[in-house]
Amino acid sequence: MTTPADVGYHARQHARWHWSEIAFWVLVLACAFCFPSRYLIMTDIVRLALFALSLDLILGYSGIVSLGHAAFFGVGAYSAGLLSLHGIITEPVIALVVAGLAAMVLGFLTSFLVIRGVDLTRLMVTLGIALLLEALAERFSNITGGTDGLQGIEMQPILGIFAFDMFGKVGFFYSLAVLFLLFLLARRIVHSPFGLSLRAIKNNPLRAAAVGIPVNRRLIAIYTVAAFYAGIAGALFTQTTSLASLDVFAFEKSADLMLVLVIGGTGYLYGGLIGALVFRMLQEVFQTITPQYWLFWIGLVLIVMVLVGRTRIHRWALFLPNLVIRQFAGRRAVVALSDNEAP
Amino acid sequence: MTSVLTNLFDGVAYGMLLFVLACGLAVTLGLMNFVNLAHGAFAMAGGYVCAVLVNHTGWPFFAALPLAFVSSAVIGVALERTLYRHLYTRSHLDQVLFSIGLVFMSVAAVDYIMGSSRIFIKLPAALEGQFDVFGVGIDRYRLMIVVICGLLTAALQLVLARTRFGSRLRAAVDDPRAASGLGINVPQVFAFTFAFGCGLAGLGGALSAEILGLDPYFPLKFMIYFLIVVTVGGSSSITGPFLASLLLGIGDVAGKYYVPKMGPFVIYTIMIVILIWRPNGLFGRTVTR
Repeated sequence: MTTPADVGYHARQHARWHWSEIAFWVLVLACAFCFPSRYLIMTDIVRLALFALSLDLILGYSGIVSLGHAAFFGVGAYSAGLLSLHGIITEPVIALVVAGLAAMVLGFLTSFLVIRGVDLTRLMVTLGIALLLEALAERFSNITGGTDGLQGIEMQPILGIFAFDMFGKVGFFYSLAVLFLLFLLARRIVHSPFGLSLRAIKNNPLRAAAVGIPVNRRLIAIYTVAAFYAGIAGALFTQTTSLASLDVFAFEKSADLMLVLVIGGTGYLYGGLIGALVFRMLQEVFQTITPQYWLFWIGLVLIVMVLVGRTRIHRWALFLPNLVIRQFAGRRAVVALSDNEAP
Repeated sequence: MTSVLTNLFDGVAYGMLLFVLACGLAVTLGLMNFVNLAHGAFAMAGGYVCAVLVNHTGWPFFAALPLAFVSSAVIGVALERTLYRHLYTRSHLDQVLFSIGLVFMSVAAVDYIMGSSRIFIKLPAALEGQFDVFGVGIDRYRLMIVVICGLLTAALQLVLARTRFGSRLRAAVDDPRAASGLGINVPQVFAFTFAFGCGLAGLGGALSAEILGLDPYFPLKFMIYFLIVVTVGGSSSITGPFLASLLLGIGDVAGKYYVPKMGPFVIYTIMIVILIWRPNGLFGRTVTR
């Protein structure tokens, strides 16, 4: 009994702000004021969250498995670094947008390569592009600084008012503001008809094409947008750490990013944000236990997550919060993840 | 001119080595459609087993090579039966995540047990140095690699084309359902092939310690090379990956020798171009599976 009007109604219901979402952002802001000594790591988490959000757009919403998302992060990072180092654009916000656009152009150009072929070809091509860029950055070391990275980047005050301080307070609020703005945009995108069509493509490209969705054009569009997001994340990295080195392109970066998103859960925007937090905390814990071999435990987490099943783990993680919510707001308010993990 | 031929020979040796390393992956990835990024970990295991046997226990190099094969195959079959088996029907994303996790674990574990520096395997004196054939410098070690890998390739081709097991494997790959309907134990065939591929990777790892360098980051560093061999070579026969690895080996050696500044740039560009041009590989079948 789903008439088109019904579908529209449900889509609009789904797009409305849930009170738990508002609570989430209030909590984030509260954290910012509660832990004034931990700005650096919190900035790191925010940056990672933005990066994971970008991957979520293509992996969670459109089903493109990418092993080379670090390529766009790297391009954003180097663009922001070079812009500021050579004094081309000194104002951070404009530089940020320009760096994002640079990554976006790359994303647009490479999207034509990515939409061709099946999963495996996509994996290889995305991985190849990231490796190619890494090789290029190493080759043109007179521009990129080679293995030493870009050095001596000095950031101007944001909007000419807020100077970056050494405790990272300004950097953190700047990153958080960027994350929030881009999150709003992403939220708008995935709840729009465009976003719904992406989900249709993810579930069944053939059927999506049959009902008149231009599959390739939609995929190119979302890939380009995701590249923009990743570029912004990279630029934030350079601006808040005054650093850009070759390992922004590294394979480990893309692999870690996948883990972040998988921990948080794909396909509901908050996955990246929660995943970034959990991942960074896990990393801290493992690094204090075994400083050199934390990679082992990260690997173990990945394997266990896959073997137990991602959706099952998320259901367990949500058991306690849902129990509480059920007490106060009734059965209907419980948080449930859509398990749209098509094999 | 002679340097060209020497480079060509080095490239062929390198390519053949890559083929032995990667042909197991050609089966899991190309035929069974399982994205196994952890293939290099089995190669590393074989390499380290060989190194420990030769350097610490004083085994002769040629006696340690079969053991490298066996140990990797045993590890392979153990992991296949306990873990991989559950993931054959899962999504590619799950397979990627799982195998990356396995790579991370193996890297850290080897780093913990053996240390992070590059290790060398003590070679018998007969394998060191070069000799000249009509003015072309031939490295003894590389000659041995060409011989061993050449024999292996021929044997593989024979096994696949002529034996009963070969036809079972081809049937299982072409259509698993029809094959099991004919009474072929498909999981068993796959498990055996997986173990054999891992064993070959282990042998390749032991052989490659001298040429590629063996350290805990081996699986990550050469992952892309193995993947290139399989994706570019396609999966319809064993000849595709073989030609692809020769191409890759010769291209890589030549690239490093003649345009050292471009680094691995050439290889990646060629790979991307080929994959765009023919998404199923140069010698692949035209139907996507």
